[in-house]
Amino acid sequence: MTQYQAFEHDVLIIGAGGAGLRAAIEASAAGVKVGLVCKSLLGKAHTVMAEGGIAAALANVDDRDSWKVHFSDTMRGGQYVNNWRMAELHAKEAPDRVRELEAWGALFDRTSDGRILQRNFGGHRYPRLAHVGDRTGLEMIRTLQDHGIHLGIDVHMECTVAGLLKDGDRIAGAFAYERERGYFRVFRAKAVVLATGGIGRAYKITSNSWECTGDGHTLAYDAGAELIDMEYMQFHPTGMVWPPSVRGLLVTEGVRGEGGILLNNDGRRFMFDEIPDNYKAQTADNEEEGWRYCQGDKSARRPPELLTRDHVARCIVKEVREGRGSPHGGVFLDIAWIKKHIKNSEEHIKKKLPSMYHQFKKLGDIDITRQPMEVGPTSHYIMGGVRVDADTQMSGVPGLFACGECAAGINGANRLGGNSLSDLLVFGKRAGEHAAAYARGTKTGAIDEAQVAAVAKQVLEPFEREATGETAFAVQHDLQDLMQAKVGIVRNEADMAEALGALQRLNERARRAQVEGNRDYNPGWHTTLDLHNLLTVSEAIARSAILRKESRGGHFREDFPKKDDAAGKVSTVVRKGADGAMEISQVPIPEMPPELALIIKEMG
Amino acid sequence: MPKATFRIWRGDARGGEFRDYATEVSEGMVVLDAVHQIQAESASDLAVRWNCKAGKCGSCSAEVNGMPKLMCMTRLSDVPLDQPVTIEPIKAFPPVKDLVTDVSWNYRVKKTIKKFKPRKPDAADGTWRMAQHDIERVQEFRKCIECYLCQDVCHVLRDHHKHDEFIGPRFLVYVAALEMHPLDTEDRVDELKQAHGVGLCNITKCCTKVCPEDITITDNAIIPLKERVVDRHYDPLRWLGRKIFGGAR
Repeated sequence: MTQYQAFEHDVLIIGAGGAGLRAAIEASAAGVKVGLVCKSLLGKAHTVMAEGGIAAALANVDDRDSWKVHFSDTMRGGQYVNNWRMAELHAKEAPDRVRELEAWGALFDRTSDGRILQRNFGGHRYPRLAHVGDRTGLEMIRTLQDHGIHLGIDVHMECTVAGLLKDGDRIAGAFAYERERGYFRVFRAKAVVLATGGIGRAYKITSNSWECTGDGHTLAYDAGAELIDMEYMQFHPTGMVWPPSVRGLLVTEGVRGEGGILLNNDGRRFMFDEIPDNYKAQTADNEEEGWRYCQGDKSARRPPELLTRDHVARCIVKEVREGRGSPHGGVFLDIAWIKKHIKNSEEHIKKKLPSMYHQFKKLGDIDITRQPMEVGPTSHYIMGGVRVDADTQMSGVPGLFACGECAAGINGANRLGGNSLSDLLVFGKRAGEHAAAYARGTKTGAIDEAQVAAVAKQVLEPFEREATGETAFAVQHDLQDLMQAKVGIVRNEADMAEALGALQRLNERARRAQVEGNRDYNPGWHTTLDLHNLLTVSEAIARSAILRKESRGGHFREDFPKKDDAAGKVSTVVRKGADGAMEISQVPIPEMPPELALIIKEMG
Repeated sequence: MPKATFRIWRGDARGGEFRDYATEVSEGMVVLDAVHQIQAESASDLAVRWNCKAGKCGSCSAEVNGMPKLMCMTRLSDVPLDQPVTIEPIKAFPPVKDLVTDVSWNYRVKKTIKKFKPRKPDAADGTWRMAQHDIERVQEFRKCIECYLCQDVCHVLRDHHKHDEFIGPRFLVYVAALEMHPLDTEDRVDELKQAHGVGLCNITKCCTKVCPEDITITDNAIIPLKERVVDRHYDPLRWLGRKIFGGAR
């Protein structure tokens, strides 16, 4: 029998970023026994890197804002393939979730009358992002962490879940190994909430940390849940491009929210050159109006730098491809220029964007108060994920919930900046609440020792491999190159078909990758185990992207560069077939109820 | 590409040794890049914590050439490469393996600090009003990324091992953030003197010097907390009052 330490919880939450922590707090408040498992130390999850802010229609800065405007902005940004119910719940509940953080000790920047200040961001019609300089994610995770540690939640740090356990169709728990000694843990739970974040490590140029390896996506898929919208990958337009070691590191959209402009090597503000039709009415057509918008002039329309991320990223790629890029293959992002309009602009920039100032100064020898930055697209966020019920966040597997980035629906084909932190809060809370309710109404499932033994065998198998010279780091590196080149920002059928073949070969190499040393805190071993997840989500992205023969949001096909109305009425669904092969299909997007359709119509 | 040698501590709680690894150095590299490169090339089981690689999560704390640093923010261009670069784990906490240490003490300490307790909302909309200038000091403290470099360099913890009597600079900053929060109504002054051991800090300011977030730990957080303790416990009039009327205050 497999040696392991056993734990029992009503609700087990996997992942301790914003969504996982918020879910744990809610489930705990509902009075059930909660376990929280995280791959890193508590408080270090990827949420900590979120910079710009939390989108919520508080209407503190512009009283024309409301949940209806936020809802319509989110749907427009997502190209109308969002789960409209999630977009509705999100817009309605985000303000309460932000105020709740304040009641738990968060200190957002203030308006002159002492309320929570809100800033401009891409795709949001009014200033909507509650923020703390450019370290909002840190404020959020610390607030949730410091509130959560007093609620009696059992936290299992540096512990990685390797497989979900089922009792018949329903969830029964999870199998994990702890990093320090490589010992096994089996968590028996009535409900399991996945809150594992994204998949960015499948790409070479990424803003994501080592943890973002698609764990929740893959755990759910392997347990029989469906993934949806996996073709929609967000490439954030502004990552650092130089020096090479920081390539991909995020440069917050807040830079553009504070008035930063994008320039090509001719010094031209190229974002004015191409404004999509459905944003023409909302977008400034001259530089002077754009600046007035950033200064809070309510009669002005927003500058084109604040168009949605998918569009801005593609415009940057075009400039670079056509030879108008910066020396290191990006374009210029300039905030220093505001000195033309603002006295003490250097102090102003340091105050509003302290982390960006620090990051460029320290890592790139650039003083952003005086010089332009060089930026280019970086893989940042996946809109696709576990298919869940909008209200409860439960997947198709009874007792298995998902929230945050690893769940899909709210963002459609493209996420608006700031909607992720609010998504974590709104749907983290909902997942925690409904997982607790589900747990109360059910008995604990049985742990099947055969399943435990099977996962344990998979986890230990790499130690038994013959000497092949193959390493997990090499396979991961080649996978990242492949996805970047063949399933990246600009896609086509031939490249992606080639990628599927290459993924097959990488899978074979992954099965040969050797592990050195023992089970004690061994990154080589951990990376070997992560490969299965990265390869699974990569295949899901490639297959979904091949099936969608149109361009929409974060999915751009050079062989089908236009939007297609028929394709816009379906979502792509991925599931594991009975034979273990990936099955892919399309399902119709439910029709929006008339009252929501009316809101969208009214908002123009 | 030029090569440089990195002298990395390999071992665990039972002991260990420095081992030399040579790897190529390219433009813009930071120490953490070198560690990752070595991991991929020749030491796949080299244990190191990291997450964001952007100075925001505080995971990759280590001692580089004897100085407490975030490895992700230490450029190789700022380190002499004509001699081996030593990289070793932080010293105030027990080693786990290689560059990873057991920092769980910090998590236990944090739990002992009384949590945030806001006053009742007093604005008409059921929330609060706070002026920006009233929260700036606390926002400075809340920049903390919990890298524990301040704990590492604090001699009360590092050299005198008073982990049972002293919460260290990180958590004094944490208490200060709570105590100076405009909405907080809790009182932590007695704990500061007793359980938290604020008196053990003798203001050498080593913590302030190593803080990667440039928090003015000693001047802005610890000294004001010491003053609060002094005001309450060492003010002669209050002392007399306590003698006559009893009670801690």
